[in-house]
Amino acid sequence: MAELKVSGITFAYEETPVLKDVNVELHEHELVSILGASGCGKTTLFHIISGLHKPRQGKVMLNGKDITGCPGQISYMMQKDLLLPYRTIQDNVSLPLVLKGESKRKAREKVSLYFEEFGLEGTQKKYPRQLSGGMRQRAALLRTYMFSRDVALLDEPFSALDTLTKSEMHRWYLDVMDKIHLSTLFITHDIDEAILLSDRIYLLTGKPGRVTEEIIIKEPKPRKREFNLTEEFLGYKRRILERL
Amino acid sequence: MKRKLPNITSKLLPVADVFLLLMIWQTASSAGVIPGFLLPSPLEVSAAFAEDFPLLMDNARVTLLEAFIGLAAGILIGFVTAVLMDCFEWLYRAVYPLIVLTQTVPTVAIAPLLVLWFGYEMLPKVILIVIVTFFPITVSLLDGFRASDKDTISLLRSMGASKAQIFRYVKFPGALGAFFASLRISVSYAVVGAVISEWLGGFSGLGVYMTRVKKAFSFDKMFAVIFLISAISLILMWGVNVLQKVSMPWEEEDR
Ligand SMILES: Nc1ncnc2c1ncn2[C@@H]1O[C@H](COP(=O)(O)OP(=O)(O)OP(=O)(O)O)[C@@H](O)[C@H]1O
Ligand SMILES: [Mg+2]
Repeated sequence: MAELKVSGITFAYEETPVLKDVNVELHEHELVSILGASGCGKTTLFHIISGLHKPRQGKVMLNGKDITGCPGQISYMMQKDLLLPYRTIQDNVSLPLVLKGESKRKAREKVSLYFEEFGLEGTQKKYPRQLSGGMRQRAALLRTYMFSRDVALLDEPFSALDTLTKSEMHRWYLDVMDKIHLSTLFITHDIDEAILLSDRIYLLTGKPGRVTEEIIIKEPKPRKREFNLTEEFLGYKRRILERL
Repeated sequence: MKRKLPNITSKLLPVADVFLLLMIWQTASSAGVIPGFLLPSPLEVSAAFAEDFPLLMDNARVTLLEAFIGLAAGILIGFVTAVLMDCFEWLYRAVYPLIVLTQTVPTVAIAPLLVLWFGYEMLPKVILIVIVTFFPITVSLLDGFRASDKDTISLLRSMGASKAQIFRYVKFPGALGAFFASLRISVSYAVVGAVISEWLGGFSGLGVYMTRVKKAFSFDKMFAVIFLISAISLILMWGVNVLQKVSMPWEEEDR
């Protein structure tokens, strides 16, 4: 059963065409990457899927329901962590619940169950600026997860991190994903990251951007740490580099 | 970069400055450099302050009450105006120039008119204070609202937040810093505004006291009341700082 089905999306900012006939599907418990060069329209596509922008043409369907141009249905973690500087981490993370009408106390209780899982123990009462980049990212991820357990859009969640923190986050993320079974659509321009984490990869290229290739990564999950040193991994990488 | 002074020292420094100035002044007066009828010495001023203390306090209470009511009304009106102008672009374009215009009218010029229209009681004073305080409040809040991060607003929209929720969770807390900066200015405007309007007509208050002692050529009492007004403004500004610390705990330097 397809959870999220994005079909025939065409979009332009005023007269600049950005996306042309983009089709993307996300099935249950899948992690699918959208890989493309800077400026090819990845963030724009996410804004459309999340309902923040209305496409010129095309449809966004979630579990068979048309949600084109309706925000508030899908979890969306933006390119920056966008933690509110004046709210503690627990209140940042519980914001989606509070917005849905839950009381502050109840929301805090609910989110507190996940702090350990997300490597955030002890940060409940801290403010975002007191956290490291990796922790802020994890907090933003947890907030995204608290919004909905269905489908999450993650826009380059790890790109601002240094290489070491990044690979640590990858390991942690694969671990967590194994437990929480989210369906995730994931933007990146890091080829290694895409191959390491994804079940499938869409290549978005050109101007206006379109999906030119779909690559299925057959390596079973949970993936071993050494996967990115194997011959298969390099094979995928070679194939992607040829198409980009 | 300059070496940062220890906290205590940097706080005591202005106090030491004022003290030194008073010493020099006292010495000059005692030595007869400054004629006493033009500028009384600090000791004479203190004596006058002590002598008229109950009277000064009674009048200060009136002035403070006017300042508080005026400031509260100014904040309320400023807040509502800023929120409305943030919501409706056409209102912003229509009203903003008008608000700027009210600031070009000299306070001292309209105060007597207000007395003529509204009498010698509290109302004209409160109105004057509202006129001088609501402007900095409105402008700072409005700028604060408008400077809120577009991406953060998009994020909240993607979570299905309503306009009111976006205001409450993004725009309002984001504007607090600017609000307190303008409140610091506004409290001293409010006190000075109250005194000025009392000059021009009233039965009690520090401004009325001032006109009385001026007519009696009691310069020592004149200075006593001037110092009292400065002290009140300083204490109120300090109060705003405390309020800001309490309501913006995330600004605390506790890395
Ligand atoms: N609000 C906007 N108005 C006009 N043009 C825009 C706007 N936002 C983005 N663009 C343009 O649309 C194109 C796609 O932008 P988008 O942010 O979707 O790219 P991206 O693939 O996410 O890039 P990056 O990897 O750098 O984040 C770019 O050329 C950009 O300049
Ligand atoms: Mg982007």
